Amino acid sequence: MKNILEMRHIRKEFPGVVALDDVDFSVREGEIHALVGENGAGKSTLMKVLSGVYPYGTYSGDIVIDGNVMKLSSIKDGEKASVVVIYQELSLIKYMNVCENIFLGNEIVERGLINWDESFIRANKALKDVNLNINPSTLTINLGVGTQQLVEIAKALTKNARLLVLDEPTSSLTETEIENLFQILRNLKAKGMTCIFISHKLKEVFEIADRVTVLCDGKTRGTFEASELTEGKLISLMVGRELTQRFPTAKHTAGETALEISNWTVINPEVPDKKALDDINFVSKQGEILGIAGLMGAGRTELFMSILGAWGRKVSGEAKLFGQTVNTRSPSTVISEGVAYLTEDRKAKGLVLIQNVKDNMALASLSKRLNRGLIDQDTELKEVEGTIEDLSIKTPTVEQLVKNLSGGNQQKVVLGKWLLTEPKVLILDEPTRGIDVGAKYEIYTIMHRLVERGISIIMISSELPEILGMSDRILVIREGKVAGELSRDEATQEKIIAYATGGM
Amino acid sequence: MADKTLAAGQSFTAVLKETIRTNMRQYTMIAALLIIWVIFSSLTNGLFLTPRNLSNLFLQMVTIGIMTSSMVMVMVACHIDLSIGSLCGTLGACVAFMMVNMGLSPFIAIPITFVLGLCVGAWHGYWVAFRGVPGFIVTLASMIAFKGVTLLVTNGKTIGEFPPFFKSIGQGYIPRLFTSEDAAFHDLTLIIFAAALLAFLVSNIRRRNRRISNGFVVLPMSLEITKMAVVSAGIIAVCFILASWRGIPYAMIVLGCTVSIFIVITTKTPFGRHVYATGGNLEAAKLSGINTKKTLFTIFLLQGALVSIAAVVFTARLNAATVSAGTLFELDTIAACIIGGTSTTGGIGTVFGAIIGALVMSSLDNGMSLMNVPIMWQYMVKGAILLFAVWVDLAIRQK
Repeated sequence: MKNILEMRHIRKEFPGVVALDDVDFSVREGEIHALVGENGAGKSTLMKVLSGVYPYGTYSGDIVIDGNVMKLSSIKDGEKASVVVIYQELSLIKYMNVCENIFLGNEIVERGLINWDESFIRANKALKDVNLNINPSTLTINLGVGTQQLVEIAKALTKNARLLVLDEPTSSLTETEIENLFQILRNLKAKGMTCIFISHKLKEVFEIADRVTVLCDGKTRGTFEASELTEGKLISLMVGRELTQRFPTAKHTAGETALEISNWTVINPEVPDKKALDDINFVSKQGEILGIAGLMGAGRTELFMSILGAWGRKVSGEAKLFGQTVNTRSPSTVISEGVAYLTEDRKAKGLVLIQNVKDNMALASLSKRLNRGLIDQDTELKEVEGTIEDLSIKTPTVEQLVKNLSGGNQQKVVLGKWLLTEPKVLILDEPTRGIDVGAKYEIYTIMHRLVERGISIIMISSELPEILGMSDRILVIREGKVAGELSRDEATQEKIIAYATGGM
Repeated sequence: MADKTLAAGQSFTAVLKETIRTNMRQYTMIAALLIIWVIFSSLTNGLFLTPRNLSNLFLQMVTIGIMTSSMVMVMVACHIDLSIGSLCGTLGACVAFMMVNMGLSPFIAIPITFVLGLCVGAWHGYWVAFRGVPGFIVTLASMIAFKGVTLLVTNGKTIGEFPPFFKSIGQGYIPRLFTSEDAAFHDLTLIIFAAALLAFLVSNIRRRNRRISNGFVVLPMSLEITKMAVVSAGIIAVCFILASWRGIPYAMIVLGCTVSIFIVITTKTPFGRHVYATGGNLEAAKLSGINTKKTLFTIFLLQGALVSIAAVVFTARLNAATVSAGTLFELDTIAACIIGGTSTTGGIGTVFGAIIGALVMSSLDNGMSLMNVPIMWQYMVKGAILLFAVWVDLAIRQK
């Protein structure tokens, strides 16, 4: 069988990071090819290179489709070359109907006007091809996530896609919807469609894929026939990020139980028929770092956002802080009890970028410094400057706008904001994402210092070396459930990946 | 502790440049205002800068000035209030109706009007904060509806002739203490301003000393003195203008109080910081434990309160409540905020800046009227200046 796609020696760099390093990836016509790898292995970057999101010239190496070297400069170019990517976050416009969505940006135009009759006929046909029996004039907002996904596939079919890339298509689907999706993919395959299937879930990979390519640390670990692989073999291929990074060492002794979560169950407001978090139980202790591992979309951030009262519907279960039940209705009540949560996306959810360092750092603890109802600005400045020194934040003055600081210093500003609230439990969601090695090491050192002061730290991280290097205990989350708990001594990369992917 | 200054080893001019650069926005606004004044006074052969005219100008800007203070907060929080013109008319009609038609004393009518303003503010706040309807829509609805309420209350007629006490709120001046009517200077005005000047100097020096003893960075002494001298000169100039005409108008005292209170609210209270954080990054504000709904509600509540005060002052100045009173006030107020540096995308803006913006707007009105510029040209010039101001602001910020 001939190769429909060959990607040769692909290399893609971001400032300071090599995301893809000499990657070779080839896909045969008419196969379902799974692309697997740990968080940050480079799967998404590779697909963005393929689809034209990163235009020709920003990477090196060749993309060969049907034997021709392609120079894609945009997604539109990629679609002309019959490559269509369906992302995990669906891109349909809620308040447009199915037909409008299917032809968005690709309208059937005659003499400057859209031919809606023709559009409806073609939309109907494409919907039939994905076994969807809905009226093309249905508003998208009225469709479930599973159906929307099929509409996306129908949309791809109208673009005459020959190579369909599905990025984590099953992450928000129920069991039946997954079964249905797989059936449709098999049907499409029978009609000659080629499909690249990106997934974390090994069970699904073995169920649907003909061949599997494993990426690790931006490099190809090899391409294998699915029938020749076992779960154990696949896991050992996915692992293997070298533990070159250094971590400061410190001995912790776990103390009293700080946060105790029991029977925590939450419904995703976007996907009401699926439990985003299902009966989660764990404790965090004073004087230790609890690492939360898991793959993207496993529900780690959602777990802690729901504990904070900032996410989810029908939250049930109990959160206790030092034995006292915490009211998790809204962030303000939880924060006032002594829980601090450093968000994973510091720019969108952690900082007010147009404000200065002082205002950002003081924001969560304003009521602690009141003097007859007014903010005691001298105390405020003193505490902020003390924290700046404590965390060695590099900023010319406290008046500097935070948008002008480096990523590492911005992160320390957010950390400083939470330290000023004097938290008992500090939840750090991806604390070192997007910051340089030196700043990472500083943040690790600060974490150890905080633990010594008796704070209970919970660290969510997608970096396995970080989880292994910093945590005293590790909780692995998979699909909204606790998949396993490991102590520092027994934890290895293989075990964590096995829990996280369900390969055990 | 050692006197840490901003610029150890830097020259005076270097520090001055740095200070001007970091406070660019405020200085450019004040500079723009002064330029406008210079232009008008040369075009009117000095008529513009006479105490009589400037005193008038201050009186004209009071209504808009009062409402800008809370409008700044609404805009910083990423909303807009279109209803204040209509509401100002309605509340003016209410206070007039209570005094003239019902014979109530101003001392009863004014507090009732204030409560009515609060109620409308709470109504807006409820829909915006707790029902998630954008402020633009909620207040657009009120803008239309209150036109009707004004018609209902006034019955389409002008309600007029108020008790002397009420009239003096909009037209009166504080009394003289010792001197007679024809003295060159108004003595109580001089006393009040002297006290204000003294308070400013003392608080500034005490603040500086406190900061030095806390080990904070302060301006070098030379620059501190320059700053105090400039501000003092400004205070003395305003004092001279008012004292050599009829003294301080009561309306300006009202404006002074509301502005001072709102400057304190926006800069020194947790609520004020919450407003800026809510407008700057709603998500980050929520996750920092801020009750953003309560914050939004309070903003609209305060807006209602200030509109009622503005309505009283405006009605008193006109000495009548009319059907068309308050028309376009919302747009003048929004324009004043924007000229004063309030961002239309939220998170940025100061009460002080907005007051300067209001002064710019009323200077344009006043100056062009003095020059007998036809009203159609006045509108066009004002529109052009608004656009120009925003463009200059964006251009400066992009640098």
